[in-house]
Amino acid sequence: MSDIGVYLYAVTQDTGRAPPEGLRGVLGHEVTAVRRAGLAAYVSEVPLDQFGEEPLRRLLEELDWVEDVARSHHRVVETLSTGTPVAPVRLVTVYHGLDQVGDLLTRRRADFLRVLCRVSGRREWGVKAYATRPPERPPEGPASESAASGPAGAGHGTAESPGTAYLRQRKESLRGRREAWRSAAERAERLHAALGEIADGACRHRPQDPHLSGRDDVMVLNGAYLLDPAREPEFSEALAAFRGEGMEVELTGPWAPYSFTSLDLDTDPGTGTTGPGADTPEEGSDGR
Amino acid sequence: MTEPRPRPVLRESYPPSVSAGGGRQAGNLGDILERVLDRGIVIAGDIRVNLLDIELLTIKLRLVIASVDTARELGIDWWEHDPWLSGRDRELIEENRRLRQRLAAVEDRLGEIRESEWPREVERRRE
Repeated sequence: MSDIGVYLYAVTQDTGRAPPEGLRGVLGHEVTAVRRAGLAAYVSEVPLDQFGEEPLRRLLEELDWVEDVARSHHRVVETLSTGTPVAPVRLVTVYHGLDQVGDLLTRRRADFLRVLCRVSGRREWGVKAYATRPPERPPEGPASESAASGPAGAGHGTAESPGTAYLRQRKESLRGRREAWRSAAERAERLHAALGEIADGACRHRPQDPHLSGRDDVMVLNGAYLLDPAREPEFSEALAAFRGEGMEVELTGPWAPYSFTSLDLDTDPGTGTTGPGADTPEEGSDGR
Repeated sequence: MTEPRPRPVLRESYPPSVSAGGGRQAGNLGDILERVLDRGIVIAGDIRVNLLDIELLTIKLRLVIASVDTARELGIDWWEHDPWLSGRDRELIEENRRLRQRLAAVEDRLGEIRESEWPREVERRRE
């Protein structure tokens, strides 16, 4: 038994080129390529005292550790994706050795090629839209006047106590916000549809919590779009058309096509979940 | 590596967290975690990570990242003394139960805070 595991980042078609020089993965370990069946799997060594089952179970609960691994993983995927279509693999996919990774490429060749074909020549962009808060209306007319100069508010013939006026304004303000939110949500739907027309793939993810997004505004769209670079101007125009009017639009990317390479190879027909530490990955049941 | 692709037209729209140069900055942690944890290809490695673990992680991340300040204000800093590290099952279950209660309490509280600022539909929509 070795105390070193093999961490898998991503799979690409084998271009014959070496990984970008000096590319480092998690814990700063060098990234190398396993080539088999016309595919290349990018891997690095990881110590099993961190990436073994038991340690992982603990460490995955430590935010700092997860952040380091996530950023390293992401960096490798991003770097690879600038040269060739890439299929990112989910965080912390670890094998016992290079042979197992090679077997995987052989066994799942068709699946990988299908995914790579889909994202080839395209890039993923993220679009987040926020409903911006309507500005607080300043206490206007009757309320401030009545508070300042007694119950003689013009336009409201009868006296409205400051308290009542406050409540009324508060209610109006809330209603205003609700309407603003509804309107932004509707616009977000139209935006998603418009972008989806231009993109080769579109999907929506859960809106992020305001603290996660780092903004106070409510996220009304968290979309991902797979885009042919030739259509980027069109995409950009569509985005611009939806800016303003109570909605802010934020663009991120280009990303490696994380959102369009979702493929669950974990459910091999005829293979139940294997026990811990299985020395061989599940046998392919497709006969290849 | 040299990069023969066309310059991205969309570049000027980058958020401030992302540099416009070739070397992209680290980027928003939330965006990255969202991608590396939930998307891409799922393959069974030799080292099996129970999906439940990931779920727990995600719940925690959601709380930790989502509301670290609020949580600290409320005296909730359990991730800094994480019972999972001890690996003692009985305590762990008990702790889990307690954390769920506290999580629910925090969510309620957050809900109240937000409700005063923002309509309820927003919360439901986010579910």
